[in-house]
Amino acid sequence: MYVAVKGGERAILNSHKLITETRRGDGAVPEVSVRQIGEQLGLAVDRVMTEGSVYDRELAALAIKQAQGDLVEAIFLLRAYRTTLPRFAVSEPIDTAKMLVRRRISAAYKDIPGGQVLGPTYDYTHRLLDFALAAEDGVGLPEAPVADAPLDDGMPHVADILDHEGLIEEERPDGDGAEVFDLTREPMSFPAGRDQRLQNLARGDEGFVLALGYSTQRGYGGNHPFAGEIRMGEVSVEIVPEELGFAIDIGDVVISECHMINQFEGSKEKPPQFTRGYGLSFGHNERKVMAMALVDRALRAREMGETAMYPAQDEEFVLYHADNVEAAGFVSHLKLPHYVDFQAELNLIRKLRQEHQDRLEKEAAE
Amino acid sequence: MNMRAKATPRPQPARARWMSILARATSGELEAAWERLEERPRYAVLRRPETGLVMVRGRAGGTGDPFNFGEMTVTRCAVRLADGTVGHCYAAGRDKRKAELAAVFDALMQSAGDARIEETVIAPLARRQVAERERVSRKAAATKVDFFTMVRGDNPG
Amino acid sequence: MNDGNATLATPDMEGLKPGFTEPVFEAQEAFRTVLNTLSYAGRVHTLATELDPPAPLDPATAAMALTLFDFDTPVWLDATIQGGAAPDFLRFHCGAPLVAAAGEARFAMIADPSNMPPLDRFAIGEDRYPDRSATLLIQVPALTGGPGMTWCGPGIDGEITVAIAGLPTDFWAQWADNHALYPLGVDVIFAAGRALVGLPRGIQVEG
Repeated sequence: MYVAVKGGERAILNSHKLITETRRGDGAVPEVSVRQIGEQLGLAVDRVMTEGSVYDRELAALAIKQAQGDLVEAIFLLRAYRTTLPRFAVSEPIDTAKMLVRRRISAAYKDIPGGQVLGPTYDYTHRLLDFALAAEDGVGLPEAPVADAPLDDGMPHVADILDHEGLIEEERPDGDGAEVFDLTREPMSFPAGRDQRLQNLARGDEGFVLALGYSTQRGYGGNHPFAGEIRMGEVSVEIVPEELGFAIDIGDVVISECHMINQFEGSKEKPPQFTRGYGLSFGHNERKVMAMALVDRALRAREMGETAMYPAQDEEFVLYHADNVEAAGFVSHLKLPHYVDFQAELNLIRKLRQEHQDRLEKEAAE
Repeated sequence: MNMRAKATPRPQPARARWMSILARATSGELEAAWERLEERPRYAVLRRPETGLVMVRGRAGGTGDPFNFGEMTVTRCAVRLADGTVGHCYAAGRDKRKAELAAVFDALMQSAGDARIEETVIAPLARRQVAERERVSRKAAATKVDFFTMVRGDNPG
Repeated sequence: MNDGNATLATPDMEGLKPGFTEPVFEAQEAFRTVLNTLSYAGRVHTLATELDPPAPLDPATAAMALTLFDFDTPVWLDATIQGGAAPDFLRFHCGAPLVAAAGEARFAMIADPSNMPPLDRFAIGEDRYPDRSATLLIQVPALTGGPGMTWCGPGIDGEITVAIAGLPTDFWAQWADNHALYPLGVDVIFAAGRALVGLPRGIQVEG
């Protein structure tokens, strides 16, 4: 509990002015533009769009500038902004098999139709600081090679085309047409369906989801995963506006997707089989989608008949703590004045100490 | 709750095609196309350009049950030509001028004379968009791995 | 309409009537009026709206629709409203899905109250979420001159006599059942011309 206090208006106003000045930094250095952030800090933009849950590169870049690069603060700004916009439609489910692929790899199968496409990645760099980037005259305009022919049109998912023996669980809609859960409209409810879990994880804090995914690999979740496929590229988004009544394509979003394949020992009903975990994010966000896929699989413990023993398998624990806007808000509220509560606690401790002292003296006297 | 009856789409492939091309155009491209028109039609704005959100859905595992993944900004506009034809636009992003011009071109495409608009506006946009996609894909294709089998050390020769 | 959006056919966009001229300010005014209407049940509130909505909608009914309906609010229309240009007007200006099943609607628009379905056909909310109930916008010939009823409850100082015209004879018996469901139940806003009267579920009405 906290008690409202008044006062400090001038201090607050001046604090706003001071943070504005601090954010601008040394006036001798050119101010960074929102377009520069969008173009040159694109992966930060991708994270803010994913966890801020709004695909809009300019807005995310603006949020990053305003938050002085504090991504969790930028995510908060974007989430706050989205509440001011009306919702026009819900899209048809995106078809990631029809992606304009920029990157696509599988660690489970070597020879995949369409090939292993590395795309733009830091995976094979040496992780040595590149001082060329710090040079005054910058890096110029580097150009990547262009192949003679484009990639194959449309790339089906690897697990769907290479598993001829049915050793990997199939993902099919169950066709019950149930209403899809929406965290932005309904409070969390348990037991959670996979739709609720996936939406929560997609918006969830990358660090939290990464740590949980890591815990499943270290034995706190008991899955031995393979990266069945990771892909990144553009998919088109279709809606059916109420006043038109037919499907139209409104543009593309860049997304990252991960299919994780996990060993499954089988249960009384099901023979041993590989099962799947799924990760999806806006932009290029591979670490997040891989971690998300691990946690998605861990959270399927109940439906697999596995005993949920570890944090990553505990849906209430995971879902209630994944959102960094909520988490940062509750941790940060401790900064609000708790003066009266603390005074009450001090009085209580004084009283308890006095009682403790009295008891010792009484015992000594006896 | 939020229950709703399932929409029954009535596909209009030709119109959907040009609407998607217009939605992917830049406002600069549409502005230039508008300036190039020999006679620019009068139109009334039925719905001023407004920005809102579309909830994007994915599918569990890529092919399973749908889930709500995250939202995207979208701007829409509706206009009416003097002959009564109504044009619509829904385009990703927050570009209001683009939405308005795209709605005008949607109306022009529906009314008479659409062959000329197709030829002078839609087809060039489509060609540029296809070329850009191809360029992206060819750059990705340049990073495709060619595996080769290592010669084993104990093999003769 | 037989299912959800089956009447989409060819929306008559050519005859489409305009919505609010100043969407922000007009919606704010209407929203404030609706709040007052529900806070002070039984009092007549009047909107300054200039709307010229499609028949059979009155300006107050249409203003409430433009203010309250959106993509997230399934709307049920009675047969009189379905017949005219109103469905396209609502789809275009509100983006609201029109549903065939009364129980699925968050809002219902009724312009022919003498043939309205019983109140218990609409959603009354759930124990955990009493707000997941329907709000009925009932357009009546007049807000005065009907049989006088005594209303009492929150927002009414003592009691007030209200004489809504044009309601089915058993409406108030149905209302007693709805009131008994509190905190569940439907809420009603009556409209005529530019005027509104609110009847939230907490109000008790006697003859």
